[in-house]
Parts: sequence; C-alpha cells; structure tokens
Amino acid sequence: MSWTGKILRVNLTEGTVAAEPLNMQWAQQYLGQRGLASKYLLEETDPKCDPLGPDNKMIMATGPLTGTMAATGGRYSVVTKSPLTNCIACSNSGGFIGAEMKHAGWDMIIFEGCSPTPVYLYIENDQAELVDASEIWGTSVWHTDEWLHNKYQDPLLRISAVGRSAESGCLYAAIINDLHRAAGRSGVGTVMASKNLKAVAVRGTLGVGNIKQPERFMQVVNENKAILAANPVTGQGLPAYGTQVLMNVINEIGALPAKNMQEVQFDGAHDISGEAMHEPRKSDGKPNLTTNAACFGCTIACGRISTIAQGHFTVENKAKYWGNSGGLEYEAAWALGADTEINDLDALTYANFLCNEDGYDPITFGSTVAAAMELYEMGVITDAQTGGVAFNFGSAEALAKAAEWVATGEGFGKDLALGSKRLCEKYGHPELSMTVKGQEFPAYDPRGIQGIGLNYATSNRGACHVRGYTIASEVLGVPVKTDPLVSEGKPDLVKAFQDATAAVDSSGLCLFTTFAWDMTNIAPQIDAACEGEWTAEKLVELGERVWNMERQYNMQAGITRADDTLPERLKSEEGAARTGPAKGKFSEVEKMLPEYYEKRGWNEDGAPTDETLNRLGL
Amino acid sequence: MKITLKCFAFLARHLPAHAKKNAAEVELQEGTSVNNVIDMFQIDREDAYLVILNGVFVCSEDRDSTLLKEGDTLALWPEVAGG
Repeated sequence: MSWTGKILRVNLTEGTVAAEPLNMQWAQQYLGQRGLASKYLLEETDPKCDPLGPDNKMIMATGPLTGTMAATGGRYSVVTKSPLTNCIACSNSGGFIGAEMKHAGWDMIIFEGCSPTPVYLYIENDQAELVDASEIWGTSVWHTDEWLHNKYQDPLLRISAVGRSAESGCLYAAIINDLHRAAGRSGVGTVMASKNLKAVAVRGTLGVGNIKQPERFMQVVNENKAILAANPVTGQGLPAYGTQVLMNVINEIGALPAKNMQEVQFDGAHDISGEAMHEPRKSDGKPNLTTNAACFGCTIACGRISTIAQGHFTVENKAKYWGNSGGLEYEAAWALGADTEINDLDALTYANFLCNEDGYDPITFGSTVAAAMELYEMGVITDAQTGGVAFNFGSAEALAKAAEWVATGEGFGKDLALGSKRLCEKYGHPELSMTVKGQEFPAYDPRGIQGIGLNYATSNRGACHVRGYTIASEVLGVPVKTDPLVSEGKPDLVKAFQDATAAVDSSGLCLFTTFAWDMTNIAPQIDAACEGEWTAEKLVELGERVWNMERQYNMQAGITRADDTLPERLKSEEGAARTGPAKGKFSEVEKMLPEYYEKRGWNEDGAPTDETLNRLGL
Repeated sequence: MKITLKCFAFLARHLPAHAKKNAAEVELQEGTSVNNVIDMFQIDREDAYLVILNGVFVCSEDRDSTLLKEGDTLALWPEVAGG
C-alpha cells in the first residue's frame, strides 16, 4: 500500500523517540506529505501558538510515492507554523533524504517540544536516537554534513540540517538537505533551530514494500516515464537550461520584477539567464554551468551545478567555493539579480552558495536586499547601518556582503534577517515591502501576469508561485495559452492550479512532472501503489480539501480577508508598469478576489461556508 | 526594414553569426510575416512554440497574417517551462 504505516514521534523536551501507527483514515483523505502533515498539524497544535515556541510542531513528511520507482518520487515536505508569515508553512524539497526516510520505514517524523541542549536525530531503519550536537552547533550546513558523514563513515547517510542563519534567528532560514536542496521558504529552518535541533541524519535500507499492485505499478510508471522523456519541456528544456530558461521569457513579456518591483523589465536579464550560464566566461573561458543534476528517482534532472571563476572577487582566496555546487534556479537568480539589478552571474552564484551553506531562502533574502537598497537610495538606511558598504542597486559587492552577514547573523545582517516586511516597518516604510502575509514574491510580476497576482494574494503560505503556477498557462501555454494581461477567467484558473498542486504536493512526486502529466497520469500510479481507489477526480477533490484545510488553519491563526491582497505598488495606478506590453497596467486583484471566493465556496469574508466544508468532509 | 530577431534555448543556433546575447538585427522586406521569418531562418514551425512579438504572444493561427514592421522585436523559443 506504499505508505509504511509508521510515524516517528520525537519529543525534544523529553528527549524521547517513539513509533506509532499512521492514521490510515486520514491517509485516504489527505494522501501524504503536504496534505497529511497539515492534517496532523491542525489536529495537534493551536494555530495561534508561537511559531518559535515549544507548542509549535514541525513535521517532516513523505508521500506514498516517495522512495518508489515512480519518476521524481523523492519529495518530502516540512510542515509547521511559519515565523515569517504566522500562517501554515509547507516547504517541499527533493534531493535524497525523503526517499531515505521512507526506506528507513517512516512516513513522517513529528518533532514536538524543544530540546534543552542542541541535538540531532539519527535514524538507521527502525532505530532512532537523539544525539548531542554541541560540537556542530554554531557551524554551517556544509560543515555539519561533512562532520556527520565522517562520524558515521557512511557516504550514503542522508542529512537535512540548519545553518548559522537559523541559529541566529533569521526568519527565513531554510532546512538544507543533501548539501544544496532546500525546504526553502517560510522559515521552516528557523523553527527547527528554535527547537535546538541541528540535523536529521537518515540511513534506510528497507526499500518500499507492499505496493498494492506491483506489476501494474511498474507498467504505469514506465509508461509515464516515457511521456516525460518525449515531452520537450521535461525531456529537453529543463535538463538543458533548468528553470533559468525563463529569465529571458519573462523579461521579454515585461513581467520580470526589477529594482524592488519598481520596474517590470531588467536590462541585464540576459547576463543572468539560463542561456548565459552555458556561455564561456571572459575571465577563464569556462561556463558558469558545470552540469545538470537529478534528485532521487528523477528522469527530468533540472538541477543546476555551477562553478564560480576562481579569480572572481567573491571567492578570491576562498578555496572552499572553487569547487562546483548547487547553482542558480530561476527564482533565486531573479531575487538575487533582477530585483537588485545585479547582472554579475558569478556574484549571484556566490550568494546562492551561501544560501545553501548556511541555509536561508534566496527569494526572501534577495527581495529583502532589494528593499534595503531602495531604502538606502532614499537615504533612510545609511552607511551607519551598512558599515560603510554602499548599498545601491546594481552593487554585486553589496549583495556578496549581505549574503555573508545573513549567513552568520552579523552586523547589518541582523536587519536583513528580518525579511523585508519587518525591515521596512523598522525603517518606517512598510509600503516598500513586496510581500503577501509577510512572505516575499517570486519572479513573476502581477502587473504583467494577472492570474499569478491573484494566486499570490490567496496563497496559504504567503506570496508563492508554486501554490498555483498559472504561469504555465498565462505565459508558457501549458496546458492551454491564456492572455496574461486580462483578469477575466483567472479566478477559475487559479483555483484549478491551486487544487491540483495541493494534490501533487501530497503524493511524493515533483510538481514539474505536470508540465507533461495531468491528473490522469498521476492517478493510476497512486492507484496501483496505494490502498483504496484513486482517480483523477478524487485527487482534485483531495487537493481542494487540503487547500480549504490550510485556509482553516490560517483563519484560526488570525488571517482575514484583508490579508488576501497585494502591496499598493502593484495594484495602483501610481505603481503601474512603466515599460513593455503591460505598460500602464496594475494588478486587478481586488476585482478578481470576490469571484475567487465565490468559486471556492467561501463567504465574502473569505471563510469556507458550511456547505463547502461538508462537501469536502472537513 | 530592420527588426531585432531573438532566438533562445535550442533555437539559438538558427541566429545569424553576428548575433550577440541571443539577438541579431536582421533586414527584411516589407510584408514579411512572422511565419516567413521562422521559415527564413530554417526553424521548424513546430519548434517555434513560444512566439513573442514586441512582448506579446502570437498564436500559431495568426503567424501568417501578422506582418512585421520597422523596429519590431520578434523573440522565439521552443516549448519551455520552469518555476
């Protein structure tokens, strides 16, 4: 039945670990990973709790297809209450540790309480123990990874860890696994560090047994792998260019937010694009991109592995950054580059390396740097705060310094570690924070792409593209092309993407499969693996159930209709786009929102009606 | 008339030799359509999936009837996605 049927419950306050059965009734309603872990969080915690207090819990969860032979079946999610947004957080990561957790025999790990001293969790199949982490507390993710591998002398040990940014209270700290994959958004790493939990190290050798129909499972998995291989996006485009192929596309259509979202196009976009990553550098004749990379079981391999030129100012006399490591994905390149107007590809790569080394979200980090640059150019932030570093837009030196400060929580890094909402409030200009519910936007401008703005405004974890990636339709024509500049029809589109995504995020599969697959491709794989009957329709309904449950959590946490909106800059004539096809346009989010609520079966205050809750079994 | 032709990802190899940063200025005759340009640079029409003229998508049905004019920017991609 693909689930292992086992949860590991770790009480950090008491220092105990215990196995317990998975609630299989809930598994039928919420599947796994995002959905099932969110159900546990809602049932076991008070949504009003302090996200960094012992009453908050943190759940690492796999999906039923995690660790199987299904293509991309390596995903796991971290679900908790976010210190950045005070909403429910769910951060999804690839790499290998999700599959390893499953192979060790665990569907999920629930962390509760707070350890009195730093510890890490070591798991070897059904054996689990909390171990003193005082020797690695205060060190980076990369150091922690190396230290644990050395200690256990096992190269196949899989490790998730937090770095110094999380320990020093950065509100957007990530949990990094396998050196450069990340449960990146919403500060899940900050929660982990608040519990004095440094790392989770897992070795599993049990595999995934009890597939419901093994022969059929292998058949449908192979059929769908062939579809991924034949599709131009998942078979060619993503392996060759990664998500970074979008940089030039989004700039060309005038929807690339730049200069803290003052502009919608960036002259230097090509210099930091997927195409540029392939081009030989003038300095050493080598390209930034070294190779692509795949997560567990992935037949797409969109990951970027990059190398910085040894003579580049960021890595002079710093040999540890001369090797190859996790390179730029599109969202990171946008936040670190376009939003700060920095066109130095190797400088962005250096900042990205540091985001991985010490575990913090490059989207929120880059956007916060951009907000600080705007405040600096206004004279609100001065050299007194930055320690004499000129913090202008376009300064690669400022970005590199900022990344070093946030990594360790030093100097101006303390302000930058707040995220842009709290930083801009602190300096008296809350209107300059480009956030929803306290979380920064990703790389698509709501003035030039109307549907994504509605998705940002209503996303359950604050501004986020992978809660309802309408870009697929509005820009890329997948599955059908819609006009990005119009708001008509977008509430339906947003709801459809949000619900489908919630289902995929609960399965153990990667969202990127949906560039080639739809629910009719995913349902048979789950149906062949899992107990119960799984159809495309059931999965869509499950996704809608998960979305509404997350909404319930957020409303109990205090979120209201007033939080479902965008910054004034993006929805007013004064902030209208100044160039490109969206020139003169602003987001029509307020016009779309009532229709979106109606399509969702929510009342005018944004609360699910009793009829909706009953229909979804909530 | 002159336009700017941009070809990205796998289509970059169709650009003329003088192209820089995936873009080249090209000379066209009056009355040249989007599809004429795609054919002229030996790009398979099916490979020109994302066709953006001055920032706006041109659907496949309109690529014969859409004529280029002086100063236009025509950008072409194969089917791509990210996120």
